[in-house]
Amino acid sequence: MCGIVGLHLREPTLHPRLGELLAAMLGQLAERGPDSAGVAVYGDPVLTPPGRSTVSLLHVSDTTPLSEHLPDVKTIPLGQTTLVHAPVTTDTLLTAVTATLPGATVIGSGTGVAVMKGTGHPADLTRSLGLAGMTGWQGVGHTRMATESAVTPEGAHPFSVGPDQCLVHNGSFANHATIRRELRADGVVFDSENDSEVGARFVTHQLARGADLEKALRLLCERFDGFYTLLVSTADSFAVVRDAIACKPALIAETPQWVAMASEYRALAVLPGVDAARIFEPEPEEVYVWTR
Amino acid sequence: MDPMTVDLAATPVRDLNQALHAPEPEQRWRVRNPRGAHAIACGLTRPLSVEIDGHVGYYCAGMNQHAAVTVNGNAGVGVAENMMSGTVRIRGNTSQSAGATAHGGLLVIEGDAAARCGISMKGVDIVVGGDVGHMSAFMGQAGRLVVCGDAGDALGDSLYEARLYVKGAVKSLGADCVEKPMRDEHLTELAGLLKAAEFDEDPAAFRRYGSARRLYHFKIDNAY
Amino acid sequence: MNEGLRESATFDRATIHAIQRAAATGVYDIRGWGAKRRLPHFDDLLFLGASMSRYPLEGYRERCDTDVVLGTRHARHPLHLDIPVTIAGMSFGALSANAKEALGRGATAAGTSTTTGDGGMTPEERGQSRHLVYQYLPSRYGMNPDDLRKADAIEIVLGQGAKPGGGGMLLGQKVTDRVAGMRTLPVGVDQRSACRHPDWTGPDDLTIKIVELREITDWEKPIYVKVGATRTYYDVKLAVHAGADVVVVDGMQGGTAATQEVFIEHVGIPTLAALPQAVQALQELGVHRKVQLIVSGGIRTGADVAKAIALGADAVAIGTAALIALGDNHPRYDAEYRALGSAAGFFDDFQDGRDPAGITTQDDELADRLDPEEGGRRLANYLRVLTMEAQTIARACGKAHLHHLEPEDLVALTIESAAMARVPLAGTDWIPGRTR
Repeated sequence: MCGIVGLHLREPTLHPRLGELLAAMLGQLAERGPDSAGVAVYGDPVLTPPGRSTVSLLHVSDTTPLSEHLPDVKTIPLGQTTLVHAPVTTDTLLTAVTATLPGATVIGSGTGVAVMKGTGHPADLTRSLGLAGMTGWQGVGHTRMATESAVTPEGAHPFSVGPDQCLVHNGSFANHATIRRELRADGVVFDSENDSEVGARFVTHQLARGADLEKALRLLCERFDGFYTLLVSTADSFAVVRDAIACKPALIAETPQWVAMASEYRALAVLPGVDAARIFEPEPEEVYVWTR
Repeated sequence: MDPMTVDLAATPVRDLNQALHAPEPEQRWRVRNPRGAHAIACGLTRPLSVEIDGHVGYYCAGMNQHAAVTVNGNAGVGVAENMMSGTVRIRGNTSQSAGATAHGGLLVIEGDAAARCGISMKGVDIVVGGDVGHMSAFMGQAGRLVVCGDAGDALGDSLYEARLYVKGAVKSLGADCVEKPMRDEHLTELAGLLKAAEFDEDPAAFRRYGSARRLYHFKIDNAY
Repeated sequence: MNEGLRESATFDRATIHAIQRAAATGVYDIRGWGAKRRLPHFDDLLFLGASMSRYPLEGYRERCDTDVVLGTRHARHPLHLDIPVTIAGMSFGALSANAKEALGRGATAAGTSTTTGDGGMTPEERGQSRHLVYQYLPSRYGMNPDDLRKADAIEIVLGQGAKPGGGGMLLGQKVTDRVAGMRTLPVGVDQRSACRHPDWTGPDDLTIKIVELREITDWEKPIYVKVGATRTYYDVKLAVHAGADVVVVDGMQGGTAATQEVFIEHVGIPTLAALPQAVQALQELGVHRKVQLIVSGGIRTGADVAKAIALGADAVAIGTAALIALGDNHPRYDAEYRALGSAAGFFDDFQDGRDPAGITTQDDELADRLDPEEGGRRLANYLRVLTMEAQTIARACGKAHLHHLEPEDLVALTIESAAMARVPLAGTDWIPGRTR
């Protein structure tokens, strides 16, 4: 139960403003989810430098064991989140993190995305992260009112469980326990009891099996029962889908400069040129995908 | 006389509503910078005129009585919900549940209305210039819904006695909703509604839908 | 009967009858009342009266206050009630106008509130009710902003204990001219009610709905949120997050005028199991006694009232018990109940509208059997007895206010009730699932 925001910038001159705009959007939806919040920023050259892989972590205080294991590891502490990047493949970095930082929870990985989460009021999170100073070509964010799982940083969205992939959810799945069991039987490992994580793991599982993003979300619609508005992002795409009943709010605004999605209009109102945007509500069970 | 102007960038919605609820409020109001705020101009009881420049959030003009509220923009969820009387006009599009459970008055949506437009309507007249989304007029009890564009899935599902007029295509009819013949009285009624909404449309181009009244009593055949 | 005949515990006579009825009619059984199965309940708890380690209060002489204030969190005009026993929402439609008026009279005489139901507010009940709570339901039948402003509090109903997750029903026999007019329905139809609100779903959107209702009523009225007991711990937390002033939790013993039997008996959790979950949620949020908690579902005696309050409720609500006080299931109508295929003490066919006691009916002749003044007196008597009984227990535990009762004043008779109520099994310090 929550608020969702997402921004996919088509116009490069807006890239320096990504964090500022995302923070403003998120701030508008704090009342929808005062418990905790999270954001994912795609393409910030400081957080995710080109030619390197980045892993986003919770519950890490000291990354020295990792630095001793891999050359040229850089660490960026950001509130409850810690980012580490290194000039190796994502898999190599993840393996090294698992081996050297046993208490850490991985909340994001890839070559182009930084995922940051925390408990507390969304405004405090965006401030502590310095979100307004971040840059990039795409970002998603979420404010959370926890329904049935605990208020923890790992319970916050986005759920990023595949390379450069993120999922944020507003609503409540009705059969997630069964799908979790099925995915576990297929070898998928979970970090939280959150229903939304099941959605994210499902999408990543389908993408890993060769489905494209649209196909993966169609399969999700077939398999998942319940109420959902989902915003899913990947290394090059931005997608929105809602359940058949489509009770949970969603608005999409599109201009030649950007595509944005939010639970409520007030989050879109902060965007430059919104007055000229084409604004519409996504249709039930229709998958909308924008690719870079 | 110039209308009383309130800038919501500087004034909280609560102060605006308090002013609109005052015992002897100004007659004409102009509201600027709504920026998607919720519950703007809800609970009005007097024949005021309120014009809002921009997009509004949830429940704008909720439970309206006698007032004329115009939104020069889009409206969020449940615009004019449970309206009793008066007129609400949206120049743009509306989100889901526009005019939900409204008992009376006229709701005009110049653009499109999303899902559940007129859900459980109880006497209101709703005229939509564009399309309406799925499950519109669900459980509609009374009143008229006019759609100049197309209707989404399951139009008029579980309908009671609301009357529906659609000019464009209906994606599908809901349970117990059927097409009914357009008789003269319906053409006259529709012409009046289009005129009240200030839409230049030909009533003869519309089709009429209503309740088959087969759900009125529980039967085994009614079960899904 | 042959002494050697053995009745099946699995296929007992009622079960065999239910199968035969289903096979004959092809429709599910709809009835009134609440769950009839045996459930862990307040009966399984006992109070530890004072003796040597604690000091009791003198009955009749020493104070034991009973008042409660509801809606102190955000409302400008909270409700001040003399007793912590309120009347639950029951619709005009389900009940006759006389019955509604009698509930208002009885509640007012005893210094407490009564509640509307699905179908709007009647002038009779508003006129006779000093404190009237107006229900805001998914169907919004009869929902009117003028009545909203006349109310003393607003109760947003998500569900009720008899049918959490289900909408209401009112069969055609009871949809008379007046009922149909108030609900904008054709006369005589089997009314269906929605199970979800038409313009919001989930706690994030409820937050916005509550603000709208506060704006419309100028932030005067307490706003209650009522849920049927299921995932109570989460629901109570979410109601608080959404901005409720008061949370109402209705356990599965809570009554209904017409619901599928399978729903009544198989969905929801007992009041005893829900109450500690609700209190835990409020305590974790730091709002226990600040956001008030009303529990309902199977409250019958002053002992039930005292136990519910000891476990952390601020007040209780009664429905079925109030109808019994008015005269429902009275033996004087036994012959008539039998003519309907029931008997005094068993009658639950509220859906049919042929209630011999004139309470759950819209038949004018039957409804006239209930004199609202006399009914109101009986209800007021009953409410006073509930209060005096609760005070008797509270004084015996040394409490100068009912709200000073606490879980530590209770022990449980069964392992089930000890686990649900989270109090020790009598004579031990064992709380199953909590202590070893």
